[in-house]
Amino acid sequence: MKFTCLRKGGGFHFPACHMLNVSGFRILLDCPLDLSSLAFFSPVPVAHEAHKSLDTDSVIRKKQKMEKALDANDLVHAEPWYKTVKSLHLWDASFIDVVLISSPMGMLGLPYLTRTKDFSAKIYVTEATARIGQLLMEDLVSMHMEFRQFYGPEDSCFPQWLRWEELEVLQYEMKKIALGKDCEELGAWMPLYSADDVKDCMRKVQTLKYAEEACYNGTLIIKAFSSGLEIGTCNWTINGPKRNIAYITNSIFVSTHAADFDFVGLRGNDLIIYSDFFSLGAAENMENDNTYFDPVASLNFSDDVNNLEEMSASLLKDDESTEEMEKLAFICTCALDSVRGGGSVLIPIDRLGIILGLLEQMSVLLESSSAKVPMYIISSVAEELLAFTNIIPEWLCKQRQEKLFSGEPLFEHAKLIKERNIHVFPAVHSPELLTNWQEPCIIFSPHWSLRLGPVVHLLRHWCSDPNSLLVLESGVDADIALLPFKPMAMKVLQCSFLSGMRLQKVQPLLKTLQPKLVLFPKDLRCKIQISEANTIFLYSESETLRIPSSKNSTEIEIATDLASKFHWKTLKQETITRLEGELFMDYGKHRLLSGSHPADSKQQRPFVHWGSPDSKGLLTELSKIGINGTIKKVRDDTESESAAGVVEIHEPKKAVIHVGETGTVIISADENLASHIVKAIDIVLDGI
Amino acid sequence: MAIDCLVLGAGQEVGKSCVVVSINGKRIMFDCGMHMGYTDSRRYPDFSLISKTGDFDNALTCVIITHFHLDHIGALPYFTEVCGYRGPIYMTYPTKALAPLMLEDYRKNMDRRGEDGQFTSDHITECMKKVIPVDLKQTVQVDKDLQIRAYYAGHVLGAAMFYAKVGDAAMVYTGDYNMTPDRHLGAAQIDRLQLDLLITESTYATTIRDSRYGREREFLKAVHNCVAAGGKVLIPTFALGRAQELCILLEDYWERMNLKVPIYFSSGLTIQANMYYKMLINWTSQKIKETYATHNAFDFKNVQNFDRSLINAPGPCVLFATPGMISGGFSLEVFMQWAPSEINLITLPGYCVAGTIGHKLMSGKPTKIDLDKDTQVDVRCQIHQLSFSPHTDAKGIMDLVKFLSPKHAILVHGEKPKMATLKERIQSELGIQCYCPANNDTVTIPTTHYVKADALDAFIKSCLNPNFKFSKSSSVDKSYSGSNDSKAIPGLQVSDERVAEGILVVEKGKKAKVIHQDELLHMLGENKHEVQFAYCFPMRTERLEKTRSEDLPSADDLLCGLDKCTLISLLSTKLSNELSDGNIQDLGEQLQVESFCLSICLKDNCPHRISDSVQNDSEVVFCCCSWSVADEMLAWKIISIMNNYTLPLEGRLQVHI
Repeated sequence: MKFTCLRKGGGFHFPACHMLNVSGFRILLDCPLDLSSLAFFSPVPVAHEAHKSLDTDSVIRKKQKMEKALDANDLVHAEPWYKTVKSLHLWDASFIDVVLISSPMGMLGLPYLTRTKDFSAKIYVTEATARIGQLLMEDLVSMHMEFRQFYGPEDSCFPQWLRWEELEVLQYEMKKIALGKDCEELGAWMPLYSADDVKDCMRKVQTLKYAEEACYNGTLIIKAFSSGLEIGTCNWTINGPKRNIAYITNSIFVSTHAADFDFVGLRGNDLIIYSDFFSLGAAENMENDNTYFDPVASLNFSDDVNNLEEMSASLLKDDESTEEMEKLAFICTCALDSVRGGGSVLIPIDRLGIILGLLEQMSVLLESSSAKVPMYIISSVAEELLAFTNIIPEWLCKQRQEKLFSGEPLFEHAKLIKERNIHVFPAVHSPELLTNWQEPCIIFSPHWSLRLGPVVHLLRHWCSDPNSLLVLESGVDADIALLPFKPMAMKVLQCSFLSGMRLQKVQPLLKTLQPKLVLFPKDLRCKIQISEANTIFLYSESETLRIPSSKNSTEIEIATDLASKFHWKTLKQETITRLEGELFMDYGKHRLLSGSHPADSKQQRPFVHWGSPDSKGLLTELSKIGINGTIKKVRDDTESESAAGVVEIHEPKKAVIHVGETGTVIISADENLASHIVKAIDIVLDGI
Repeated sequence: MAIDCLVLGAGQEVGKSCVVVSINGKRIMFDCGMHMGYTDSRRYPDFSLISKTGDFDNALTCVIITHFHLDHIGALPYFTEVCGYRGPIYMTYPTKALAPLMLEDYRKNMDRRGEDGQFTSDHITECMKKVIPVDLKQTVQVDKDLQIRAYYAGHVLGAAMFYAKVGDAAMVYTGDYNMTPDRHLGAAQIDRLQLDLLITESTYATTIRDSRYGREREFLKAVHNCVAAGGKVLIPTFALGRAQELCILLEDYWERMNLKVPIYFSSGLTIQANMYYKMLINWTSQKIKETYATHNAFDFKNVQNFDRSLINAPGPCVLFATPGMISGGFSLEVFMQWAPSEINLITLPGYCVAGTIGHKLMSGKPTKIDLDKDTQVDVRCQIHQLSFSPHTDAKGIMDLVKFLSPKHAILVHGEKPKMATLKERIQSELGIQCYCPANNDTVTIPTTHYVKADALDAFIKSCLNPNFKFSKSSSVDKSYSGSNDSKAIPGLQVSDERVAEGILVVEKGKKAKVIHQDELLHMLGENKHEVQFAYCFPMRTERLEKTRSEDLPSADDLLCGLDKCTLISLLSTKLSNELSDGNIQDLGEQLQVESFCLSICLKDNCPHRISDSVQNDSEVVFCCCSWSVADEMLAWKIISIMNNYTLPLEGRLQVHI
């Protein structure tokens, strides 16, 4: 097995991307886009701004640029390109056999792959991820349209800003975005795919149900288990004839909306690929680490169910969901303060779970404080996305599922929309929005990069209002993100949300899963203790790891009814038989079943012989079936041993048998005679 | 190894479906239904047959419920709360959501009828808490050995067929299913699985149905005619399933025809049920699923709640009233009011159990119906029987059995004589052993079992390469007599013997091993001994003498080479004309067919010659052949072809000279 980390993960919006080679199949794990690099571009400029930047003498401007602090004019005023995983384009897409998509974010780069010629891989995605991912891609394409309308059709396929002269004089921060830390990422820039590419991509996607077994090529069994990050996100298990692999990425043990991290389903795999890079909490509580596990209990680990329950309980004990709920509550109170002060609240957060949680908490808070403030959701896909969350109970957390069983809607927003507490509009210029518009208000709208979508216009509208509030996810580089909107009088609240497993849970999780091998990111290794029970392979970006196979044999199952028909031969220590039937590969298992044509008797003659024949013995055997002859010694030029010799047959017809140490040659003109002689030889020699 | 299948209910009848299957040490109860036709202990399956002591937790590994109909789930609260089963129970999400509504509705009706309900509302709630919901195709590991999986069954929302596998043995229990899509549900869908046993319903074991669209039109026409004439339409249904399907049908029709006649649902129950249907839209048909964002098909515009005061209100209306089959409750109340008027219509959807008023109306056309000693109802209204059903017909059952091709099949949930007919068909047409046990009977069937061995890579690799053998089909007669439908095509037959190079080695105290034949000798520490045939035989030629006389002595060697090549290519052409099997290779001075190797022999005393076969030396060319044991037959065939062949040498050789 081979494993190459193409890109390590960078939080919620940019999941990791790996390439895996198992049983001769090449598997791509996720295909994300780096949307944070959108910060490189200026949002659609307001008319007078655009002029200013175009008029300036470029040489002087560039000279200055190197020295002074970054400002809005340093951003690139052009139709944005998008950054894919840096070395994915170096791989031949037609050699990929399987693509596994773990989250909607891990899907955003997929149309680039599916549109390449000769791409023929099977793409597995959970049905919820497929739906949400499709909506995200469609939204991205529609938001990008604004740029295209502004800048017009591109005149050359190679944009000005991508020329080396331009890149060379960029300021450090900008250069970092354009080229990457190691100046390797220039080749990753791509113009955005089209709506047709998205459609075509979705046609090639194979959707899976929760924990549905997908069998690739009869060899690999692939299953998705919820990872808890978002509705439909998942971890994968890949079971091949020689190896069972679990791929764990951005997992949250207890979620407030999505189905919890199903780690029990990942048990029984001998290799774990750990690819979760949530390390914001890495510094905190490291000393607490040892208290999670009673060392005695973990020593006496056995496989029984009680123990598993205990383990699970301890993994779930330190409930992160309450903390997340508190964060949401805090945002809500800040928002309430803001609207009370007459300011509006802008929330460009693109995490479905956070939005759903905020909508519910906010409406409760607003109602209890009797503030009559409208909530707007502005996005081209919001309506469909919200409707979808209410029909996918299978991918929701236990509490939400209980709502299904008691006949209540899964999320409150359906009711809130009906009661006109929440208004959903496809765009800022929707006529309904204009007639409904009321300030102060609370607005949810994409995109978190602050370069695309309705948020750009709203931010321009409010950026100078000191009473208004902007809620950002941390992880976004606020300095660069807010550049085009400077000077900012608006309050900014940056909030970090859980987007993966805390490091201190890694060790207890591995204890529960009990893998033989662990693949672990090199840069996180020092921050964590992993017991010696697991063999650890450390991986880092752009390095290929070769993981040696643990066994060099494959299990094969032979149907008993077939096995009973075998012709066994007993040797000194072992009994052997030649196989019959047909070998099938089914669901990762080799199976020998009785074939459609039963073997006829003539094939039961041995084809492989060993041992040393004895001419005299052979003669005796021959005489038993009425064939007579004499032994004629070979000439003594070779030091032939006793076995070597020539047997001349006189009766019933003439024939000669050359008997040597390593071979016997039968010379006969008669078919019948020859076959009789062979039978005699079969008796004298061992054979199968 | 065997599967024991104990039929506790729905054996040669419809009602109280319940089958307990023991498979490799695991015991699964499929469905836990009640019989609507009985009110005494016969309505429940006889659970004492599972465990005499009543220790069901140890006697059963799990309970699986296929769908929310009472004849499949009705006894579950009784079994868990009264009998005390506390193990896992599996059903799909919609079944878990909708089953309590059905059970509650039934319980209320029982209370009204004054019978001992045997389970209470709390029992239902407690029972449902123990249920583990599953998604379609979700592979659930119940314990280390038992794996179950649900497949879409159509029939009602959330209905599933269940696959169960323990070790090497696998089976499917279908529950009720429908092989054709209807207004709101898709058709049953299942993977091609390797099964030892299939337990299938057989409600319509002998019926073949035509398209449902004609019947739908008929129904709509009847309803439209009635309301157009100012009549009232009563549709007695159960709260879930058929009600939603007909409602979608009517709603659609109302929109198209721009009708304004009100459609009522008798109880809040059905309105509430629609709420569930809206959330579970992913479990409906593709067409309905696609439109959920803009318009959820279960948001009925024309449907309103019914109030008792509206029974005698003037004007036409359509009313869905519970319970179905007019077995009592509100539907009976309305029936008594509306039946005496000619302009009204009563539509009976689906199966009615004997003993109910629905059954009486369906069998013949009664003018009077006695409710009890004192009450009699005049029936003057029109009666329309809706003949489409959410069950598969006989063709569907046959298709499913054929598709899955299990080793054995068991029929349940049907009527005895019809089941016997179907059983015969399955055995004769599909060659699958089939049973239809009665209640409380046990059927035991053998299962497949596999011996496990470790195969070394060399063997697996050799199996990856095709090892084709071509032969003329000599057994044309045989295959004609063997099977009628697959006519043997005379000519080339290809066989691909890949495993024949594998050797299974069993050593005491060790796991069996499969190795490639090349590895065997090394493993045994023995040396290979090659056994070969050889024969150098003469071939007649025509006028060889003449050609020889024209030879130039100096170019003798060259010509010999040419001679050989020409001879070999002649032989090769001859052989390819006469020989059907084997790959004939012309290697210049040699001719090779599989291991058979032929070359022109110029040596005078070749060791492979048999002396008495020597003929006139001047007119023959010797062919020296050798071959291995495996190609014995082939070799002799070639030699016999050669023996009957005379080489026409003259013309060709002269060209070369």
